[in-house]
Amino acid sequence: MPAFEGINMSWFFFILFAALAVGSAIAMISQKNPVYSAVFLIITFFAVAGCYYLLQAPFLSIVQIIVYAGAIMVLFLFVIMLLNLRKEIRLPLHGPWQVAFAALFAAILLLQLVMFILAAVPTFHSAPGHGALSGGGEPLGLLLFTKYIYPFEIASLVLLVAIIGAVVLGRKKLPKEF
Amino acid sequence: MFGMDWIDLGILLTKVMLVIAVNFLILMIMELAERRVSAFMQDRVGPNRVGPFGLLQPVADGIKFLFKEEITPSQVERTLYWLAPALVLVPALLTFSVIPFGMSFSAFGREITLQIADLQVGLLFIFALVSLAVYGTVLGGWAANSKYPLLGGLRASSQMISYELSIGMSIIGVLMLVGSLRLSEVVAYQTGSLFTILPRWNIFTQPLGFLIFLIASFAETNRLPFDLPETEPELVGGYHTEYSSMKFAMFFMGEYIALITTSALLTTLFLGGWDVPWVDEAALGSWGVLLSLAAFAVKTGFFLFLFLWVRWTLPRFRFDQLMHLGWKVLLPLAIVNILATGLFLYLAP
Repeated sequence: MPAFEGINMSWFFFILFAALAVGSAIAMISQKNPVYSAVFLIITFFAVAGCYYLLQAPFLSIVQIIVYAGAIMVLFLFVIMLLNLRKEIRLPLHGPWQVAFAALFAAILLLQLVMFILAAVPTFHSAPGHGALSGGGEPLGLLLFTKYIYPFEIASLVLLVAIIGAVVLGRKKLPKEF
Repeated sequence: MFGMDWIDLGILLTKVMLVIAVNFLILMIMELAERRVSAFMQDRVGPNRVGPFGLLQPVADGIKFLFKEEITPSQVERTLYWLAPALVLVPALLTFSVIPFGMSFSAFGREITLQIADLQVGLLFIFALVSLAVYGTVLGGWAANSKYPLLGGLRASSQMISYELSIGMSIIGVLMLVGSLRLSEVVAYQTGSLFTILPRWNIFTQPLGFLIFLIASFAETNRLPFDLPETEPELVGGYHTEYSSMKFAMFFMGEYIALITTSALLTTLFLGGWDVPWVDEAALGSWGVLLSLAAFAVKTGFFLFLFLWVRWTLPRFRFDQLMHLGWKVLLPLAIVNILATGLFLYLAP
């Protein structure tokens, strides 16, 4: 009986998801219409979630979809639609030096990125599926409520303060009788 | 997917085909039932001319949709306009891939589970699909490039984001009791009995969670009393105003499939899934399997009828009432439910 070769299948899917992530990320920044940019960003999030799944981290993968694709991007779309943004207006360039500076800084950033990746390659794990992010939510939850309890609680406090701040800033001025 | 041979693949494909086919069959029944039940409730006769008791009415409607003129208005954003109906239909169908719809049995020398994929994170997978369901509606409303659909799309996004929170919070109580994200284990937890007379279904252990989930699912499926994204009197149909022919029919189908999967989900999470109370299905052999399938169908059918019943009984909410209910009533209640469940688990061993 022919069994499906595990390694070939996961390579195939990795190439698929990686190409999709990079391709739609490029499509996102080159789109003129903000709604299409948002749609391509959603596709990117899905492709990254697929990569997480291949690394045997289903919990992280599904949380990526719930939080980024399911919640944050819906809010983005809501704002884009509410402001009814259509085509992006392209600002005129101020001269050749602007292009030159842009190219220079882009090259520096690219070089940095490549250097960091090359420096990190020896520490990459070849075997997937270990650490707190593998499997369901249990190992991650356990770490969050034991080892990282203080950072976790502080982060939630910061978020709470931010929510209250947003509500206070966004509140309409009430008339004086109240 | 890995380490799978051709027999496994065949079984899997059969299950997928079966689930899709049954979903579309129930969709046709629902289309007729909606009209017959509404007629019954309003003391009318309803469609009864096509076939015996009007049973072929859905076929006639399907043919009508196919032969309607396909109109693409000139002002629409073409790509998303064509994509949106599919984005409504696909997440709705995908939800069924993790729902266990019957007891597992052995055949061909292996264990066959009546569930397409028993994901480790099944409950979260459903939560993810619930949060994606909004895109078809929102993008359809935007792509139509006209004022009523845009308003419908905006309403859909704010309504669904608000009620998604309540849905997610109401499931957490179930999750705390079961201690697993696998839906097969959620069903397994609910077999057996509670206080020796009641079946140990989550509806009895999590009544508040059930109520919140039920109310929020009306909002998530855009059903009356929460169908504000498509209110015909004020928004002329809302997000699907500019759609015609089969593209409109796809929105329509997506809505009903979402209804079916939501009913199946309510059954799985709160009514014990395929469990028949006071009966040990495993001891009955192949009759047990059939019994479990029948139990699942009856429970899901009950919720489908409930959706029809509510639609033709209650008036529509105003948008501010909808938001008030979602944020100031359901969400705090869901948090109280989590606290109460935690307290219960802490006090009772």
